[in-house]
Amino acid sequence: MEEIKLMKGNEAISHAAVRCGCDGYFGYPITPQSEVMETLQELKPWETTGMVVLQAESEVSAINMVYAGAGAGKMVMTSSSSPGISLKQEGISYIAAAELPCVILNVMRGGPGLGTIQPSQADYFQSVKGGGHGDYHLIVLAPSSVQEMADFVGLGFELAFKYRNPCLILSDGVIGQMMEKVVLPPFKPRRTQEEVVAQCPWATTGKKGRERNIITSLEMAPEIMEQRNLHLLEKYRTIEENEVRFEDYHCEDADYVCVSFGSSARVCKSAAELARHEGIKLGVLRPITLFPFPTKKIQELAARVKGFLTVEMSAGQMVEDVRLAVNGQKPVEFFGRQGGMVPTAEEVLDALKKQLIK
Amino acid sequence: MKREIIIAGFGGQGVLSMGKILAYAGLLQGKEVTWLPAYGPEQRGGTANVTVILSDEPISSPLLQKYDIAVVLNQPSMDKFEPRVKPGGILIYDPAGMTRQPERTDISVYSVAATDTAAALNAMKTFNMIVLGGLLKIDPIVEMDNVMLGLKKSLPERHHKLLPANEAAMKKGAEIIEKIR
Repeated sequence: MEEIKLMKGNEAISHAAVRCGCDGYFGYPITPQSEVMETLQELKPWETTGMVVLQAESEVSAINMVYAGAGAGKMVMTSSSSPGISLKQEGISYIAAAELPCVILNVMRGGPGLGTIQPSQADYFQSVKGGGHGDYHLIVLAPSSVQEMADFVGLGFELAFKYRNPCLILSDGVIGQMMEKVVLPPFKPRRTQEEVVAQCPWATTGKKGRERNIITSLEMAPEIMEQRNLHLLEKYRTIEENEVRFEDYHCEDADYVCVSFGSSARVCKSAAELARHEGIKLGVLRPITLFPFPTKKIQELAARVKGFLTVEMSAGQMVEDVRLAVNGQKPVEFFGRQGGMVPTAEEVLDALKKQLIK
Repeated sequence: MKREIIIAGFGGQGVLSMGKILAYAGLLQGKEVTWLPAYGPEQRGGTANVTVILSDEPISSPLLQKYDIAVVLNQPSMDKFEPRVKPGGILIYDPAGMTRQPERTDISVYSVAATDTAAALNAMKTFNMIVLGGLLKIDPIVEMDNVMLGLKKSLPERHHKLLPANEAAMKKGAEIIEKIR
């Protein structure tokens, strides 16, 4: 039988990285995700799988190490929290432009600026609308449990390599710091260099016997650059077509639906339980992929529910995408806490009653 | 079965460890568990608290407004969490250093003189295990054997020689806890 462990979300990320055959982790410590590198240093994977774990001199350096490792076809990752992720944005834009696979973890804390070290979800816009410059998207996975923290490392790499696109795991201080039960993924050996060459014909693996591969985000000719942009756009449409993931929690008979991701979705589930005790049919739609966004599912629900309440630990960011999906068919209200405060189930239910049921 | 528990006190009292041991024991009994610390620039003497939920069903929110059980180990924690015990719930406190008695009459209140007992035993570090022993006497949510296994899992091996002292502390806690109302 699989062994069930008890660990923090941040620790689960590190165990999963080693187990899924990750080649390298490059990071710089910041609360509330410092346990990621601490755990890797404890696991010493360089002695077992050969995985590199390196504390860079800064976030900028760490993301550029990821850029380089990914260019060589390696499974590489980095992690940080909000202010550190801001520092990485230039590199992330370059990696997206160069179409390289990698996994980036953001354990969000309250902002703007240095803000607070307490949990937040205010980096939604940064994660799904760009973040760095230029027209690009990350594949964005939003875990809401320690188990999903562990599972999304492997899934993140799988999607990143499938689409040659960086994948962001968008977590927060609650999920990172909380301990829960987790079943870790089975050990997979790191790919051999032959396997890397076979899997990544685009990578800079040494050009013996073939044309050289050039990885760059620079293109001086606008006619060619536009073609590259169109190619990216087409890739994002394919991702939107194939990779939407969400959890439907009692939406089947719901009159009202909370749309919420990550830790606030957990709070909404409790709110739904409270609501159903009072005879209010509340469901929760939890987007698991924030890009691609479950627009179609929300449109489907809009046809039959009375209204939506979007709950986020922010001033209201994802609510804009919910409104775009609902397109005026039904009321879409917002409830949020900010600055490191986490909503309670009671607050969510109150907001539902005041803003939607009236 | 579902228990929503807050354990709160000073940093250094072993509040987070006590929660962890409880969570491990729950895990060993096949329960769903969440352990969520109020994390931050925590330090010895600062405030620390942890929310532990043990349940037979999947746990939705790991964050709570109200608790079945509050274990409060300093005055600021009593002030903060006494009002947040569910009616009919349990409040356990250590009278050492408290400047007032709990006021609620719609909950069960217990006192466990863990600070004094740990000092008398000359084993201050087993303070949290005395409290845990008291808690499990009042509400045996998890079995002693599993607590000891949980403790073994959460203690580094070099400290395993301390296991008997911890077990003794738990037993002592079960003996000294007294019902106030």
